[in-house]
Amino acid sequence: MPDVQSMVVEFVNKLRKRKIEGSQATAKYTVELLRSVISQHRVPHANQAAALIDAVKAVGEQLVAANPVELAVGNVVRRVLHIIREEDLSLTTAAMAGLDLLDASDDDDEDNCKGIGYPAMSAAVVAAARSTLRPPSLQTLLEGTPESATVPYTSSSGADSESKSKSADKSSITRKLKHDVIEGVNQLIHEIAGCHEQIAEQAIEHIHQNEVILTLGSSRTVLEFLCAAKEKKRSFRVFVAEGAPRYQGHLLAKELVARGLQTTVITDSAVFAMISRVNMVIIGAHAVMANGGVIGPVGVNMAALAAQKHAVPFVVLAGSHKLCPLYPHNPEVLLNELRSPSELLDFGEFSDCLDFGAGSGSPLLQVVNPTFDYVPPNLVSLFITDTGGHNPSYMYRLIADYYSADDLVM
Amino acid sequence: MESRRNPRAVVDPKVRQVGFFTSSQPDSTQQQQPDPIASVSSPPVSTISPSGNSLSPVMIPPPRHNSSDTFPLRGAAAAAASAVSPSSFSYSSRRDFPDGSMTASPGRVSRGSFVKSYVPVASSLPGVGIDSMAAAKSSSVPATGLTTVSVVNMPPGLSEEVQSDQKNNSKSLKEKTTKAERRALQEAQRAAKAAAKAEGGGKVPPVTLGSVAGTSVKAAKTAKPTSQKNDVVVAAGPSEKKGGPSEKDRKKDAPHPRMQYDDESRVVKAKRRAVVKQTEAKNRVELFRHLPQYEHGTQLPDLETKFFQLDPMHPAVYKVGLQYLSGDIAGGNARCIAMLQAFQEVVKDYSTPPEKTLNRDMTAKISSYVSFLIECRPLSVSMGNAIRFVKNRIAKLPITLSESEAKAALQSDIETFINEKIIVADNVIVKHAVTKIRDGDVLLTYGSPTAVEMVLLRAHELRKKFRVLVVDSRPKLEGQLLLRRLIKRGINCTYTHINAISYIMHEVTKVFLGASSVLSNGTVYSRVGTACVAMVANAFRVPVLVCCEAYKFHERVQLDSICSNELGDPNAISKVRGREDINYLDGLTNNTNLQFLNLMYDATPSDYISMIITDYGMVPPTSVPVIVREYQKEHVLV
Repeated sequence: MPDVQSMVVEFVNKLRKRKIEGSQATAKYTVELLRSVISQHRVPHANQAAALIDAVKAVGEQLVAANPVELAVGNVVRRVLHIIREEDLSLTTAAMAGLDLLDASDDDDEDNCKGIGYPAMSAAVVAAARSTLRPPSLQTLLEGTPESATVPYTSSSGADSESKSKSADKSSITRKLKHDVIEGVNQLIHEIAGCHEQIAEQAIEHIHQNEVILTLGSSRTVLEFLCAAKEKKRSFRVFVAEGAPRYQGHLLAKELVARGLQTTVITDSAVFAMISRVNMVIIGAHAVMANGGVIGPVGVNMAALAAQKHAVPFVVLAGSHKLCPLYPHNPEVLLNELRSPSELLDFGEFSDCLDFGAGSGSPLLQVVNPTFDYVPPNLVSLFITDTGGHNPSYMYRLIADYYSADDLVM
Repeated sequence: MESRRNPRAVVDPKVRQVGFFTSSQPDSTQQQQPDPIASVSSPPVSTISPSGNSLSPVMIPPPRHNSSDTFPLRGAAAAAASAVSPSSFSYSSRRDFPDGSMTASPGRVSRGSFVKSYVPVASSLPGVGIDSMAAAKSSSVPATGLTTVSVVNMPPGLSEEVQSDQKNNSKSLKEKTTKAERRALQEAQRAAKAAAKAEGGGKVPPVTLGSVAGTSVKAAKTAKPTSQKNDVVVAAGPSEKKGGPSEKDRKKDAPHPRMQYDDESRVVKAKRRAVVKQTEAKNRVELFRHLPQYEHGTQLPDLETKFFQLDPMHPAVYKVGLQYLSGDIAGGNARCIAMLQAFQEVVKDYSTPPEKTLNRDMTAKISSYVSFLIECRPLSVSMGNAIRFVKNRIAKLPITLSESEAKAALQSDIETFINEKIIVADNVIVKHAVTKIRDGDVLLTYGSPTAVEMVLLRAHELRKKFRVLVVDSRPKLEGQLLLRRLIKRGINCTYTHINAISYIMHEVTKVFLGASSVLSNGTVYSRVGTACVAMVANAFRVPVLVCCEAYKFHERVQLDSICSNELGDPNAISKVRGREDINYLDGLTNNTNLQFLNLMYDATPSDYISMIITDYGMVPPTSVPVIVREYQKEHVLV
């Protein structure tokens, strides 16, 4: 597999050098890379799920280490692990139920994680499998028939190992697992690529005529969201904070104008001044934490505070790949990244000041240029994800649906 | 110069009282609070100078014992000038204040100079004292305590009414103080005019006014104005003291509605008169139609060519206008000083045309200059106040003055305003603010406020160990200039953009901000972004201190930053200086869908502000209307 290895190295380098930015792009690359890792991984006959999980974890750790601040990488790796675990479990349960009719009936599972080729089996078994795999959530309770969900079953991790021994001898199942996992990963890729449309579809429910919307940073999700509302003949006006020192706002403004939206570019400092005339703040997140906090482009906390002061709804758009199962501790500092001071100050102008230190060796001038900002959950009014709108307090629930508890710490 | 400077210093403690009460320094206030009452009651009894003692019931510490212990110190100096002890008494008692309040502050160093200056002020005391006495008589002592501030200009009428026996006393005082020949001269004139007033009573007050005015812009150089002024005040004063100004006055109080640029007929009218040719911006922001939105950078060449055709425009004014236009002069104080100095030139070169009176003609002239300056750049509140002051002075010039005298008086009035309201005020602010900086502090400032810069430099001179975070924002990036100056002095600095404010606010211990104006609902009107900084600081529980000279206070109120604001050059936003890689918006500036909004100011709600440091002391934002009412009325509205 030198092939895969070189791909991993290349991707790691890109992450390190920050050549790939934006959580969506990163997530897409990551999941594609993981797909090739899985497809090229030669699975042993015994314990193949564990082998796959180990392989993915090994790659995932490298990727996460390359850019620990890009939480989307970790998220996607966890999602892939979850897919593997779930496929494995469904195969085992199928085997256990003695239903070896491997007719690939389409599954309409909501969270798209795996969903293909469930062997036809009784609802009870499916429910049992689910309930062991993840803690009971509202969704699972509603999906499965309640009485069958109570079928006793052993713990999931136990199921893993014991299932392996049983299924090992069947070569058809061996191939089936890998095939199913890759199918699941493909679906994930599809989902990440399509999350904009899913989110944008909801725009019409949130944006009304003559609305004034403030946004900052440059997010494709926000762009699509606004344009979707525009296409539905809603006329509204958008204020874009320019987002110094990266000026992503200029980029967004350019795109918005190209799509024919009424756009006004304001300085970042005018956010508070303008917020009193704004009906809604819509931002794209860099990552959504398990507590409902948001990591977004720098300056977003200021806007959130101003919005709270003026009781303006603060809406965060986030694809499900941005959902991070971690609870943040001091995220402004620990999950942040400092960029080059040259974006703020011209080194040429201030070169004489930088080494002014009077013998102490420490420069008198420091320049701080963080990339991200953290918004605590109490400032967020609503999350709009590809699965619909959610309250910040519900985020941990979604996370339970997407990730298995075993993977939270990689 | 000196003498004028110091009176302010004297008054400071007085006002600082306001700050005192609020800034919870119980030791000094408690000590002195009981005293005022005692002093109020005591003055009549005391033979020396009842008025002097009663001067400020609330603020002034107990005249007797307190002053006696402090006496030797300053008394010696004061005594040299004034043979009569009363003056020194009251002085020393006043002085207690600063000492008490500022024990930690370096301000003490300058005490010697203060003492000298006290003498003239001393004469002012009687009048004030009387007033307060009158107030006390009329009813409650506490009330007078509050109003002591305004009391200053009330004396003359009262003094004669209430206590004629005081005359001798005051006269003797006066003799001492009349060293300023001009004042004496004016007094003489005034005496002639206002014969109705008892000579003594009349004479003393002008002096008081003059000297006190030093502190409070009034700067009554001319005796005439003061007497008139006093008349007005007296008329309203005793009877309506509690009730506030009369109906008519109140009407005058309400600030004029500003020009709304969405009112077409008025805009057309204004355009016809305009000297500066403004072209409407192409992409106007709908929300701000009521504000002028002009193309920037086009007017200058046009104006330059007009230079020799503009007969009525004084070259000094013209120059200042061009400097505003090009942005060479920016910042509230700098703009105000430049304008006042131009007006001084105007006054110097002025000669009354035949068949016109100086008062009216010059007011008209100034008005036309002001409208020219407005065309160049909308006035700041500080400039508005200064213009009101100048016009007021002109209107109050006594007809008896010869032209040269009137001109001299005006020029010196303006000079006084610059010195006391701006330069000395800044020094006093620095003195106050420095006491709030401790070793190990991390101070955050935003933009490039001059007052804050002075505070930081002073604190550094005092060898306090602190670090400064300079927060900056586009498009002006004034913070870089401040940063450079601070670093030159060897102060440790951190620089960042306003977006990163939540990132660095964790380490900040105090936020120092400047202000373009403080409105009477406590709103701080300042460089755009100040509100953001104050808000984030508030969210992180960091105290926000605003440094602002009291002459920038205004009785207007404002709730948001939309209704009244100034729009800068929109093109400054689309182009990022020094970052050629940011060129996303290059071809789009004429697109009708795209507007650029370059707001210049914003309004910070008062609940984000912990304290406003002014030349009258450190006050909470809720006390702003008090200062506006009590201090500005006397020199601007009366």
